[in-house]
Amino acid sequence: MTTWPILSVTTFLPAVGAILVYLLARGGDESANRTARWISLWTTLITFVVSLILVARFDPAQPDFQFVEKASWLATGITYHMGVDGISLPLVILTTAIMPLCIIASWKAITNRVGEYMMAFLILETLMVGTFSALDLVLFYLFFEGGLIPMFLIIGVWGGPRRVYASFKFFLYTFLGSVLMLLAIMALYWNAGTTDIPTLMHTAVPRSLQTWAWLAFFASFAVKMPMWPVHTWLPDAHVEAPTAGSVILAAILLKMGGYGFLRFSLPMFPLASHDFAPFVFTLSVIAIIYTSLVAMMQDDMKKLIAYSSVAHMGFVTMGIFAVTTQGVAGGMFQMISHGIVSGALFLCVGIVYDRMHTREIAAYGGLVNRMPLYALTFMVFTMANVGLPGTSGFVGEFMTLLGTFKISLPTAFLATTGVILSACYALWLYRKVVFGALVKPSLMSIKDLTLRECVTLVPLIVLTILFGVYPKPVLDMSAASVQQLVNNYNTAVTAVKAASLVVQ
Amino acid sequence: MSFSSAGYQLQPVLPELVLAVGAMVLLMIGAYRGQGTTRLVTALSVCLLLLTGVLELWLPAGKLVTFGGSFIVDDFARFLKVLALIGSGATLILATEFLSVPSQRNFEFAILVLLSTLGMLVLISAGDLISLYLGLELMSLALYVVAASQRDNAKSSEAGLKYFVLGALSSGMLLYGSSLIYGFTGTVSFAGIAAAATKSNVGLVFGLVFLLAGLCFKVSAVPFHMWTPDVYEGAPTPVTAFFASAPKVAALAVFTRATLTAFPGIVTEWQQILVFVAIASMALGSFAAIGQTNIKRLMAYSSIGHMGFALVGLAAGTVEGAQGVLVYIAIYVAMTLGTFSIILAMKRNGQAVEQISDFAGLSRTNPLLAFVFAMLLFSLAGVPPLAGFFGKWYVFVAAIKANLFTLAVIGVLTSVVGAFYYLSIVKVMYFDQPLTKLDPMRIELRTVLAVAGVFNIFFFAYPGPLVSMATAAAKSLF
Repeated sequence: MTTWPILSVTTFLPAVGAILVYLLARGGDESANRTARWISLWTTLITFVVSLILVARFDPAQPDFQFVEKASWLATGITYHMGVDGISLPLVILTTAIMPLCIIASWKAITNRVGEYMMAFLILETLMVGTFSALDLVLFYLFFEGGLIPMFLIIGVWGGPRRVYASFKFFLYTFLGSVLMLLAIMALYWNAGTTDIPTLMHTAVPRSLQTWAWLAFFASFAVKMPMWPVHTWLPDAHVEAPTAGSVILAAILLKMGGYGFLRFSLPMFPLASHDFAPFVFTLSVIAIIYTSLVAMMQDDMKKLIAYSSVAHMGFVTMGIFAVTTQGVAGGMFQMISHGIVSGALFLCVGIVYDRMHTREIAAYGGLVNRMPLYALTFMVFTMANVGLPGTSGFVGEFMTLLGTFKISLPTAFLATTGVILSACYALWLYRKVVFGALVKPSLMSIKDLTLRECVTLVPLIVLTILFGVYPKPVLDMSAASVQQLVNNYNTAVTAVKAASLVVQ
Repeated sequence: MSFSSAGYQLQPVLPELVLAVGAMVLLMIGAYRGQGTTRLVTALSVCLLLLTGVLELWLPAGKLVTFGGSFIVDDFARFLKVLALIGSGATLILATEFLSVPSQRNFEFAILVLLSTLGMLVLISAGDLISLYLGLELMSLALYVVAASQRDNAKSSEAGLKYFVLGALSSGMLLYGSSLIYGFTGTVSFAGIAAAATKSNVGLVFGLVFLLAGLCFKVSAVPFHMWTPDVYEGAPTPVTAFFASAPKVAALAVFTRATLTAFPGIVTEWQQILVFVAIASMALGSFAAIGQTNIKRLMAYSSIGHMGFALVGLAAGTVEGAQGVLVYIAIYVAMTLGTFSIILAMKRNGQAVEQISDFAGLSRTNPLLAFVFAMLLFSLAGVPPLAGFFGKWYVFVAAIKANLFTLAVIGVLTSVVGAFYYLSIVKVMYFDQPLTKLDPMRIELRTVLAVAGVFNIFFFAYPGPLVSMATAAAKSLF
């Protein structure tokens, strides 16, 4: 095995690309814009290829962190520590895989300040990959929070009419949750003398600190996830963001919440997680049922998909906090699947939006007559969103429900109704947009998918169906780490139960 | 010989002596040669500050004490003196353009900055209440005059007068407090007070409250902040930049030294005062800034808030707390100088503008400037990975260790409120439609901005040196 820091290269390569865009694509005229686009595309593609080396060299049987890099940084105990395990690697790959598609999707849609737009996306990619591969809490916080800056600008500069409101809401909501987590990080630092994540995972945290720290971390991740009732920033941000911004938001930024629960809440605060599991179940069930109902009432396509994201993330939190092998692995799989499917759905909305400049459901109808390819693509993703067997959406939902049945029957029972509700709103959306007679005069001349659009969507269709019938690659990659996580959790919880029995 | 054997060596005060003599020489040059020497005097003043800094670092290492313990040079003093000198020097550089306009040409500005800096150096090294007062007054008297240096401008005169009246009041309070402390402990030296004040009594606490009130005025902490917005807005912009940087360093230095070395026996007594002052400053700084439309006024509220954050570290009363204060103030100076170099550069057709709305669309007309300013603003808001985040990290980590959880939670929550108004400026620059272009930035402003900007953006990559210097400085107090 060679010794070059492959993980750091993956992380910081996009930032180098951003610098290149700044240096080479100046002026803002058409040729500069073209340069910016091509540099960004190549950067993201190369990053993706480099990240595939990670997959090739990754040992799935090994539950611990791999590709570990360590260097001194802020102080003793706060180091530059990077590494991935079976939980973070799929998310890293998801990030690097979605990014080129976002760049292609913005090719024609973004015409002003292209260089800055591309730089914001590339910086964002660095911060996202860094978030998933940081093995030090302070470093993690740096990447996690740093991502707010480019996303704030992406929504605010290239967004829709209410972009200022949406970008402020996005920034302040997330910032509010995160500063509380920051205090918990500090408390953990003084408890263990380090913010090294692998060390902290094996450091016992006193019961009272566990409770408070769990709540503080929850404040941050619940907002990011987003869970009901702190989800209200998401529909606004989604609606106003440009298409690629929505894709990133849905496909990757939301996953940081789930990743946080898996990486921090469960391993570091197992007892508090156990105590709070019913609370999380309640919120998840409310999210699944309530936001599904809200989704049915939307007249904006992006808003509908945004609410459906909240509902699908409810399955993830439910599965994670069931802490059974199936539940956690299902939550993990659901995150990847949702990343692909919701990203693709936002791309689909973006395609008609680019043509008609409206996202109102009522403005469409009968698209199948003019856009058969689009209708087919949209159908695949709608079905995946519903959770039809044979698509990746089914596997995740099924596994999380399976895992939760063993722990809490009522939760799983209520959550299952969400599957029905998701069929209601998703099929309703599909019928309204695609089927029916093509009567609206503005739609008479609408064109079907272009080659560029096909290039962005075909890989996602392939993955959706592939993972639907053969989910093994993702599940295998994370299996060992998930198993270790569940075992450690159970050991911690049963030890306390045994101790309390002795006391009695 | 007997002079030095009695604890009166002159070596530790050498930098101050050089600065004092140099300032007088420059005053003579200006007085005999007239206003035409403004440029020369200013340039020489910068060199003089540089020389003072070099001498400061050249002094032998370790703790040097002279004048019977009333003047202390330790790592803490060195760290903050260098910082104050950087602040003053940068201000003089920033003021070059202002001073080059014939009607505003006055060589006294540089001299006054030098004398004020001399006061700061004395203040930072103060080891008893007398030298504390001496340094404080020398610093403040010069500041009163520079605030009013634009004599024909009513606002500037008002600012100077207001600052003087309120400053005199606060000096009175400080003196009154000092006299009470002297009365109840029988000594003015910090070490002596620390030995005498092992448990609290009403008279001592009374004196302490008045002393802290005077110091709070100088760092512009709530409830003694009222002068700040008016003076910041009224004073000429280079003067505001000066007010926001070096004097804050000195005032915070003496605040830290006085509380930690003179009153370690009664921590709980002053801790509750500091907790209140910190919370009130952070809250007022964030909420009151929201409604501001003038960038200088906004910076005034921002500095009130930032002093609140710095005091969070001091409230912890520990080595980590002192280290937090030092890191915070160093980063704060860098952010402030960067921001003010942009505010000074805000000119349209040669006319200075200072409304926030004047930044509209800056990202289109001058992308690089807008980017650096946005990064400074995110840094002021404490968003990682920028320098401002690390400042907050160190003060809050100290507060958490000292179990000041309420203070920490309120502190981070106000920082979210504060983020709102910094974001509003970013919004104006990036989301709004551009106005006519601002005038190009002058080279000296660009230099200061570049240094501040690079420090601010890339601090995360190599934080080691500053942090370890601050650690050494903080340890020298205990």
